[in-house]
Amino acid sequence: MLYLLLEQGLNGLQYGLMLFLLAAGLTLVFGIMDVINLAHGSLYMIGAFLAAAFYQHLENYLAALLLAILATALIGALLEQTLYRRLQKMSHLSQVLATFALILIANESVKIIFGAQPLMLPVPEMLYGPIELVEDELYYPRFRMLIIVVGVLVALGLYLLVNRTRIGMWMRAGASNPGMAAVMGVRIQPLFTFVFALGAGLCALAGALLGPLLAVNVGMGESILIPAFEVIVIGGIGSMRGALVGSLLVGMIDTVGRVLLTLLLKAVSDPATANSVGPTLASMAVSLLMVAVLYFRPQGLFPARG
Amino acid sequence: MPSTPTPLTQGLPSAWSAIGVAVALAIYPLLMSVAGQDFYIGLGSRVLILALAASALNLVLGYGGMISLGHAAFLGIGGYTVALLAQGGSAPAWLAMPLAVIAAAAGAALIGAVSLRTRGVYFIMITLAFAQIFYYLAVSLRGLGGDDGLPMLARVELPGLSLGDDIGFYYFVLALAGLAFMLLYRLAASRFGRALVAIRENEQRMAAIGYPVYRLKLAAFTLSGGLAGLAGALLANLSLGVTPHLLTWHQSGILIVMVILGGSGYFWGGLTGAAIYMLLEESISTHTEHWNLWLGALLLFIVLVAPEGIMSLRRKPAKAERA
Repeated sequence: MLYLLLEQGLNGLQYGLMLFLLAAGLTLVFGIMDVINLAHGSLYMIGAFLAAAFYQHLENYLAALLLAILATALIGALLEQTLYRRLQKMSHLSQVLATFALILIANESVKIIFGAQPLMLPVPEMLYGPIELVEDELYYPRFRMLIIVVGVLVALGLYLLVNRTRIGMWMRAGASNPGMAAVMGVRIQPLFTFVFALGAGLCALAGALLGPLLAVNVGMGESILIPAFEVIVIGGIGSMRGALVGSLLVGMIDTVGRVLLTLLLKAVSDPATANSVGPTLASMAVSLLMVAVLYFRPQGLFPARG
Repeated sequence: MPSTPTPLTQGLPSAWSAIGVAVALAIYPLLMSVAGQDFYIGLGSRVLILALAASALNLVLGYGGMISLGHAAFLGIGGYTVALLAQGGSAPAWLAMPLAVIAAAAGAALIGAVSLRTRGVYFIMITLAFAQIFYYLAVSLRGLGGDDGLPMLARVELPGLSLGDDIGFYYFVLALAGLAFMLLYRLAASRFGRALVAIRENEQRMAAIGYPVYRLKLAAFTLSGGLAGLAGALLANLSLGVTPHLLTWHQSGILIVMVILGGSGYFWGGLTGAAIYMLLEESISTHTEHWNLWLGALLLFIVLVAPEGIMSLRRKPAKAERA
């Protein structure tokens, strides 16, 4: 029982960290550029598809991963230059519509280019199999462990970037008051392009890392978009710290809550019901958490704007 | 006469145009029946139902300026209510339809009461989150059929009119949608409608004047949810069942798309938008399976060129003069 919880805790951590990769980009774009980007999940999907496609040609996971990140960051930069720059000046409604349109276009384009069948992105050979965390009791897949390690490293890197570098200072200034930052001499347009490309690259990283665990398919962007949005609303739009805390919270509730609720339900009802209702309650709990946060603390747990 | 219509008078049709639309809609199935195009009668019903849903959204989005990305929830509540009532065989229309509306309106009142305390982006996200909760419920509850949804053996029953027949059902839809449109028209022309538009234009000022802004918005949201529920109930009858697809956020997005296509804040915006959308879908998807690609491109074009909807293009020159 303890080890089951530990294992689920690790799974929650892993899911939370992957959510963080998406939420970090989303919250920056949201906070700094003030654009509501429904198409963020599409960049994640594109990243995963590119990684899978590169892998088929190169047969090298690491090279495919890096290439996918670069290519997706490039696509992000292009999108920022051509579309998002204009959207910034428009109403939220226009942003919702335009990025909804982007989702439709991205889904359909991916279907045309890669076909409707899910692509396979295998686990790299050297990461096959589990490692033993507690002797004879707790085994954990190597690849999932790698995802956790990468996630922690990226979170650390982002923390240093945002809090210890000049670009990070500009980003924070842009998130708390973009107009003032521009007046104080921050060149805001290149900063936007950089932030957007960074967000897109992080999406691709998440897509390429999760590719071997989930199927790389057309709907994958939308299924992770909603949790990512919930994360940034819970954490406070524009706040990196909020994105991290929110991601881990959502990851844990969704993963550990799923198991705990199912177990609890099994104690009071038949297993079939418990197995179907437990996961749903966990998903709903995340939405309810967001509703509660918005109700009691509309600016999120860690508001970026003072 | 002012060069641009003020927000208060904009988009309210004349009585003649309303009568014209009503007559055209009433003879449409007869024409199709004579022409032997029975397929288009069912399509007509679908357009009318979606027009009703889009108009309901238009009330909060266009008139009230509340961007709800969760109206699929109300479609779903209405649809599932009717489907549940019909599980025992067939339900009488006079019972099933009002219950669907009441259930959806009650849902909207609850969701609205919480959501309307937030604004802007947060309102968009919280309505989306609520709709997701209903989606998860529908997918997982076995009583609601899970992924497969609930099939209906027959449409609701109305003495004197055979709703199983396409033309009969069309007139049933037309009658209910007509009633809803009359209600919406009266509302838009009333003090309530004008206050709603004024809140969209300047909420702070309306609050300062002493209008109960929150209550007015909640009333509009509840009403809109109820009408969307009616549309959902009709949709369930049309397709003889409901699936969780009705509750996806994609559906909420499509409703917004319809309102924008037709013109948000214009009385006929919902009807025009639903008609344009269905027409495009029917005509484009016969030529290519990639209809979503074209829809996306069209949407982007509209956002970048005519961000206030196709109807606003007519007003462009006047705006340029002012600037």
